[in-house]
Amino acid sequence: MTSYFNEMYQGHSVRAPYARLQDWMTAMPAELRQMKQAEAEALFRRIGITFAVYGEGGDPDRLIPFDMFPRVFSGAEWAKLERGIKQRARALNAFLVDVYGRGEIVRAGRIPARLVYLNEAYEKAVVGIVPPKGVYSHIVGIDLVRTGPDEFFVLEDNCRTPSGVSYMLENREIMMRMFPDLFRENRIQPVDSYPEILRRTLASVAPQKCDREPTVVILTPGHYNSAYYEHSFLADLMGVELVEGQDLFVEGEFVFMRTTEGPRRVDVIYRRLDDAFIDPLCFRPDSMLGVPGLMDVYRSGGVSICSAPGAGVADDKAVYTYVPEMIRFYLGEEPILNNVPTWQCGKAEDLKYVLAHLNELVVKEVHGSGGYGMLVGPKASADQVELFRARITANPGNYIAQPTLALSTTPTFVAEGIAPRHVDLRPYCLVGERIELVPGGLTRVALTEGSLVVNSSQGGGVKDTWVLAE
Amino acid sequence: MLSRTADNLFWLARYMERAETSARLLEVGARIALMPSAAGYRNEWESLLHASGTADGFARKYGDAVQRNLESWFFFDGDNPSSVMSCIRAARENGRIVRTALTTQVWDALNTAFQELRQLERRPRSELDLSVLTDWTMRNTALVRGSIDATLLRNDGWDFLNLGYFLERADNTARLMDVKYYVLLPRLEFVGSGLDNYQWTTLLRAMSSHRAFHWAYGGEVTAAKIAHFLILNPQCPRSLITCVDGMTTHLDRLARGYQRKTAAQEKARGIQAELAELRVEDIFDEGLHEFLSRFIGDMARAGSVIRDCYLNGDVR
Repeated sequence: MTSYFNEMYQGHSVRAPYARLQDWMTAMPAELRQMKQAEAEALFRRIGITFAVYGEGGDPDRLIPFDMFPRVFSGAEWAKLERGIKQRARALNAFLVDVYGRGEIVRAGRIPARLVYLNEAYEKAVVGIVPPKGVYSHIVGIDLVRTGPDEFFVLEDNCRTPSGVSYMLENREIMMRMFPDLFRENRIQPVDSYPEILRRTLASVAPQKCDREPTVVILTPGHYNSAYYEHSFLADLMGVELVEGQDLFVEGEFVFMRTTEGPRRVDVIYRRLDDAFIDPLCFRPDSMLGVPGLMDVYRSGGVSICSAPGAGVADDKAVYTYVPEMIRFYLGEEPILNNVPTWQCGKAEDLKYVLAHLNELVVKEVHGSGGYGMLVGPKASADQVELFRARITANPGNYIAQPTLALSTTPTFVAEGIAPRHVDLRPYCLVGERIELVPGGLTRVALTEGSLVVNSSQGGGVKDTWVLAE
Repeated sequence: MLSRTADNLFWLARYMERAETSARLLEVGARIALMPSAAGYRNEWESLLHASGTADGFARKYGDAVQRNLESWFFFDGDNPSSVMSCIRAARENGRIVRTALTTQVWDALNTAFQELRQLERRPRSELDLSVLTDWTMRNTALVRGSIDATLLRNDGWDFLNLGYFLERADNTARLMDVKYYVLLPRLEFVGSGLDNYQWTTLLRAMSSHRAFHWAYGGEVTAAKIAHFLILNPQCPRSLITCVDGMTTHLDRLARGYQRKTAAQEKARGIQAELAELRVEDIFDEGLHEFLSRFIGDMARAGSVIRDCYLNGDVR
C-alpha cells in the first residue's frame, strides 16, 4: 500500500497553510454545502463556462466539476516553485532559439540530433528565425505534481497553447463570491492581474515593423472548439479582438482584420490553434481555420505569432527528459524542479526495463495529451497491459514510461462528506520582455476514489488554488 | 469592430425579435380560432403559416393544421427556423460567438432564456398552456432587450443590434398585418362587419397595442385607423414608420462614427421619405396586401445593402 502525502493533514495535526480551513470545514453543515455546491454549478452554467469533450458527443454544455475545497500553498512553498518554473521557462525558450539556429546543444552532444531534427514538431519552415525578444513560447504551462512536503516533480511542459487559465480565474471569482469570509480570514494573493500581464507580455513582443501601439488579437479555431469559452473570456478581459481565420487576410507585408470600417492592421496574434492549421500555404493545405500567407508575413517581421510556430518541439515528451540538461547548458544552473524519471522506449535497455515492469509504470504516447492513449500499470487490467505491450513493441519510439507517482491528496467534497483525492497543478508562466507568474494556477483533482488521472476528459474536476501572503 | 462580430450582433437582434413575432403569431391565431367564422378555424391558421413564411415546412411535417401541432411548430419545433426555440437557440449561439461584445447582463439574459427554454421543452405539453408559452417569450425577449438598453455601451455594436431589431420588427409588423389580408380574402362582404373588427382588434392585442390604440384614436375601430396606427403613426412602437426612423437613426450614427456615408443610409432614407408622404388612402388605393408585399421586399433589399456596406468583410 503506497502512502500518499496529504497536503492538509500530517497524522492528526493540520499543516499550517490549511490551519484556517479546518474550522470552515467542520462548521459547514451538509445542507449548506449542498446548497453552495448547487449555487456554484448554477453560476458556472450561467457564465457559460462549459467544456466539450472531443469525440464523446453528449451534452455540449457539460460543466467541469468544481470542488469548493481550496488547495493551499504557503508563500515559502510558492517562492520555490516560482523560481523553478521561471527557470524552466527560460531554458525552454533558450532551447528553441538554439535548435532553430546553430543547434549548439546538439553539437555539444547533450541531446540526440534525431530527437530534435526528426521530431514531428520540429518546423523546418522557421529555421533561422529569432522571434522578437528571443521568445518562442510566451505562455508556458508546466504540469506539476507533489509527492511530499518538499518534493515536486514536473510531469510535462506545455509550450504551445496551454489551456485552462480561465478556470484559474473563474474558480477564484466564484469562491470569492460564495465564501467572502474565507478571503477576509486568509491572506490570499490575488490572481486577477493575469489578463493584464498577458496583454503586456504579448504587446512586448510586437514585430520590428510595428511602429505604434501594437494591435493584439486572439486567433480561435471558432465557437465549436471546446476551449472557445476561454478564448472569448481572455479576449474580453484583455480588451482585444477575438478573430477567426476568415477575419484575417494578408496584403503586402502585413496581416489585416476585416472590420466594419475596412481593413485594420494586426501586429500580434495570440493563436489558439496548432501550427498545422495556421497557414494553408505553408502547412496543411486543407486547413480552413488559418490565414493564407501568414507565415510569409511572420518570416519578414510583419507580425508576431504567439506561441511562435515550432515551439512544440520543446514540449515533446521525449525531449522532456532533456530539460534538466537544457537548464545546465543554457543557464549554468542546477534545476530547481525535478523531472520524473523517464524511460524512453526508443532506447533498447529502457525498453527492456519497461516491458518487464509494465504493471508498475505509467506509459504515455510521446505526442498524446489529455490523458488519452495512456496506461496506468497498477490500475490496469491484464488485457490492457497486454494491449500496450503489443503497441509498445510495434513502435517503441512512440512511448515513454514513468514510475507511478504517489500524487499528493487534498481534502475534497465527495458524496459521503470530505475525503482525500489526488491533485496536480498547472501554473501559467508568461514570457515576453519579462518573465512573470501570477501566484496561483489550475489545480485539477481526480474525483474518483483512488484515481490518479486528473484530466477533465477523464472525469477530473478543478479547485481554486491559493497562495498565501507571508 | 470585426465585420463578423457586427454580423453576429445584427442577427442576434433579428432572431430575438423574430422569436417574439412567432409567439405573437401564435397568440393571434389562438384568439382568431376562438371565433366562429365562415371558413372554419383551419383557414385562419393557414394564414398564419403563410404570414410566417413556413407553410410548406409545416405541411410536410404535420399535414393538417391542428392547433396542438401549430403550437409545437411555432414554439418548440427545431425544423421550423422561425420557431421560438430555433430563434432563441440561434440568438444565443450568435451571442456566444460575440461574448466579448456583450455585457454580462445581456449574456445572462440570453443564456438564462435558452436554459429555461430547454427546461420548458422537457415538460409535458399538456401542462403548458399557450398563454404560458407566449408570456414566457414576451418576458424573456423583453429582458434581453432591456439589458441591452440598460447596460450596453452606445458604440457601433449597439447600432448593429438596433438595426437588427428595427429591420426585423418592420418586416414582422408588415407580416402580421398581412395575416389580416389572408384571413379576409375569401369573403369581401365581411369588411366592416363585427367579425372584421374582431380580427383587427385581435391583431392589435397581439402587438400589445390594444390599449395604446384607444389612447391614440378613441372611438370606433376601423381598418383605416388601424392601418394608420401600424404603418404611419410614429407614436406606435411597432409601426413601420417608427422602425424605419430607427433604422435611419442608427445608420446615421454609424456613418458619423465611421465618417463615411453609405448606400445603406440612402436606402433607408428613401423608404423613410416615402412613408412620411404617405396617406392611409394611398395605401388602400394601392391595396393593403400589395403595399405590404412591396414594403417587405424593400426591407429585404435594405438588409442586403446593410450587409454589403458593413457586415460581409469586404469593406474597403
